[in-house]
Amino acid sequence: MSALLSIRDLAVAFRAEPKPFEALHGLSLDVKRGRTLALVGESGSGKSVTAQAILRILPPSAAITRGQILFRDGGSDVDIARLPSEGPAMRAIRGQRIAMIFQEPMTCLSPLHTIGDQIGEALRIHTGADRREADARTQEALARVGFPDPQRALRTYPFELSGGLRQRAMIAMALILKPALLVADEPTTALDVTTQAQILALLTRLQEETGMAILLITHDLGVVANVAHDVAVLYRGRLVESGPREAVMRAPGHAYLRALLHAVPRFDMAPGERLTPIRPAKAEIPPVQARAPLAGPILQVERVSKTFTLRSGRIWQKPRYVHAVSDVSLSLSAGQTLGLVGESGSGKTTVSKMIMRALAPDSGRILFDDGAGPRDVHALSGNALFAYRRTVQFVFQDPYASLDPRMTVRQILCEPMEIHGVPGAERKDRCRALMAMVGLEPNGLNRYPHAFSGGQRQRIGIARALAVQPRLLVLDEPVSALDVSVQAQILNLLKDLQAALGLSYLIVSHNLAVIDYMADTISVMCRGRIVEEAPRAALFRQPVHPYTQALLAAVPDPSLDHPLDFAAVASDRNDPTRWEAPYRLKPEEAGTMRAIEAGHRVRFGGAAEAVAA
Amino acid sequence: MITVILRRILTMAATLLVISALVFIIIKLPPGDYLSNRIMELRATGDATSVAKAELLIQQYGLDRPVWQQYLMWIGVMPGSVGFSGLLQGDWGWSFEYDKPVADVVGDALWLTLLINLTAVVFVHLVAIPAAIYSATHRNTFGDAVVTLLGYVGLAVPGFLLALILLFYANRWFGLSIGGLYDSALTSQPWTWEKIRSLLGHLVVPTLVIGLGGTAAMIRRMRANLLDELAKPYTVTARAKGLPPLKALLKYPFRMSLNPFVADIGNLLPHLVSGSVLVSLVLSLPTVGPLLLEALRSQDQFMAGFILMFVASLTLVGMLISDLTLVWLDPRIRMGLR
Repeated sequence: MSALLSIRDLAVAFRAEPKPFEALHGLSLDVKRGRTLALVGESGSGKSVTAQAILRILPPSAAITRGQILFRDGGSDVDIARLPSEGPAMRAIRGQRIAMIFQEPMTCLSPLHTIGDQIGEALRIHTGADRREADARTQEALARVGFPDPQRALRTYPFELSGGLRQRAMIAMALILKPALLVADEPTTALDVTTQAQILALLTRLQEETGMAILLITHDLGVVANVAHDVAVLYRGRLVESGPREAVMRAPGHAYLRALLHAVPRFDMAPGERLTPIRPAKAEIPPVQARAPLAGPILQVERVSKTFTLRSGRIWQKPRYVHAVSDVSLSLSAGQTLGLVGESGSGKTTVSKMIMRALAPDSGRILFDDGAGPRDVHALSGNALFAYRRTVQFVFQDPYASLDPRMTVRQILCEPMEIHGVPGAERKDRCRALMAMVGLEPNGLNRYPHAFSGGQRQRIGIARALAVQPRLLVLDEPVSALDVSVQAQILNLLKDLQAALGLSYLIVSHNLAVIDYMADTISVMCRGRIVEEAPRAALFRQPVHPYTQALLAAVPDPSLDHPLDFAAVASDRNDPTRWEAPYRLKPEEAGTMRAIEAGHRVRFGGAAEAVAA
Repeated sequence: MITVILRRILTMAATLLVISALVFIIIKLPPGDYLSNRIMELRATGDATSVAKAELLIQQYGLDRPVWQQYLMWIGVMPGSVGFSGLLQGDWGWSFEYDKPVADVVGDALWLTLLINLTAVVFVHLVAIPAAIYSATHRNTFGDAVVTLLGYVGLAVPGFLLALILLFYANRWFGLSIGGLYDSALTSQPWTWEKIRSLLGHLVVPTLVIGLGGTAAMIRRMRANLLDELAKPYTVTARAKGLPPLKALLKYPFRMSLNPFVADIGNLLPHLVSGSVLVSLVLSLPTVGPLLLEALRSQDQFMAGFILMFVASLTLVGMLISDLTLVWLDPRIRMGLR
């Protein structure tokens, strides 16, 4: 059978000074009917440009300079590369025969229109259906992608939905006209692992039902191993490897794919094994500094709770409460890393904010020991608080939003030192030392953040956090906004700096593999409560709690020998009333944490006294 | 929703009360207002009838009472010499300078002001929106440069100067007298078809002159807003769905870029009154602007007080309209109210 879409010698160039920049240099590949082709590569490799070229929605500064995109839908071949991009022929293909879904389901839907309107729109423009018919078909489409109440969903706005439901709405929008080809550009990158697994299961099921072909753009080899039939690897605008999944993944021929496989954290890594970055970074890690050992842990969170009040619109109505964090206790030893895992909305960020003293807990204490014995963080004031602010620093998730674009790197690094009274001469030396420490050239100090890549910016963010010589770093999703090719660099850098400077880390993430690679002890949070905590070696090897098991089961593994069990991830595992017997919690029930072995504690339902032996 | 509107109206009433007190204080603050000058003049003549007239004026306006009582009388919650008669009762007071009730002086000027300026606002939007859309979608082309240049010229030329130039050339080339809002012969006549036609003819130049600066500013802001929105992923989604470019533009990025302009209605309405004073003077338009200027200069207190209160009420009404429109336009705000 001939391929549905054949790209032949495709080149795309962007207008740029001094000469045009070619993003794709003669790409050729085939997308076969009813199959999924995964297009793999790091950012800048040209995978998104390929998708945009197929739909002819390239940005105005880019153009197809040569090559063909043959689309064999129905009887005749159409060369998409030759159609006028805004002509009626192209518009008839776009959205009707080839549809697309994107990475960020929030920003890809308009917040001003109901999802019913946005989904039905494709139907109305392509088939001329009236609103009633469009509504009926939209409802069907929403039911097919698993909306719990499709009728109500027609009138909801995107911001009322969770990330997973938004992505389901995007899929419904793309598939309502039963296209022959679906282009999915990183469709699950912005989602939690469990939601990702559900979306992947949905795409697989819909493909079986409709027989459409999928061009799946991703950098996650775990996703590739689980849903792709064929794999094509792009590197700097060129195809470096392609073929059926088995052949490519079992025996990666090209050095780049092999490197990619070793650059991401995996669960089967040997203890002490380091990630191998694709491009080695040269950071000057300072010599190990000895620190006086502490008597107890450096940070202790004791039974902390936080409730948020939602203002209600009517004066006489009772306000609603959200229990963001309920009775959470954590303990972090000096020089160690504590990992806090959970889906979005589990309360992990609220915990980190309370440790930073950006939020006050309703009850409970947070104790910090800077060498002079543990002190309650929220009772600090004046000089003691000022000193605490210096010893605890934060590394943000988004390296783009967390650096002021109007400040040079030198100003960014100097600001915390100025605040904490480091003398001018020392600031200058320390800036250069910090840059070397995070592997950046000292001449970058005079440049602005926009001159740096995402990975480099995250290094600047780390350097800023280290500028005032803290003892504890709170890392909130430190690599989730970064390209896969630089994640390994950043994670290794953080490990090396920890060993050299004796830092303690609290790392908050929904990426279990990253937590597994970084942390010494791990706490799993669900709906504001810790459900399981254990040393790293125990937790992900013998997970006990059903929620931890569900999280782990949902992580796609790059190895073909551990496929995801799509049937298992479909059910709603973050509902405590549906966990199996000893762990089940009634609504509003807290349950109790019990040790099942040294350092390994699990939350049981209150009624499970007898079972918990 | 109704709770929200009721709450807003209550707040508006309270705000108006505070504003009225401020307005009264500001008017009363500097010495030498029109009325006291007049009374002093009358007393200075030493003439018995004049002194009696002065006493009568003091009686009538309660000048012998404390200032707070004068204030309460002015807003109409305390009986004056003729019972309750203040702003609340619709009695806007007496203009000493014109020696007529304020209502008679302001009269037509009030709604003519609104007419001229609303026409200008409509003109601004009709010209600025298409120009901004063209400019944003044809970014960095020759057409964009021309629109930008014209915009800057419009921003840089002061309205009154343009008015003078137009006044001069319209007269020289077309023999037109474009001052006023209708032919001077029709001024005191009742509203007939002919007078309305004359009014429409005279509206063209003031609309152009008043609207030009606003048009230029709006093109710049709208273009910037649209460029931001055009780069958003949902615009790409709309194109990927196969929407024709213009429809995709109007339904998604354009609608998103409207919010700041809707939020601006509150500032726009009072600007309608006070913004065109110079132009009105040059073109001798019978609007409220020059009246306010004159009233403030001669400290004609009830006249100035009324116009300031009118502008304040317009601001509050404008804010209410813009908030309600935002609630209607933007579901995120609507949901936030629940």
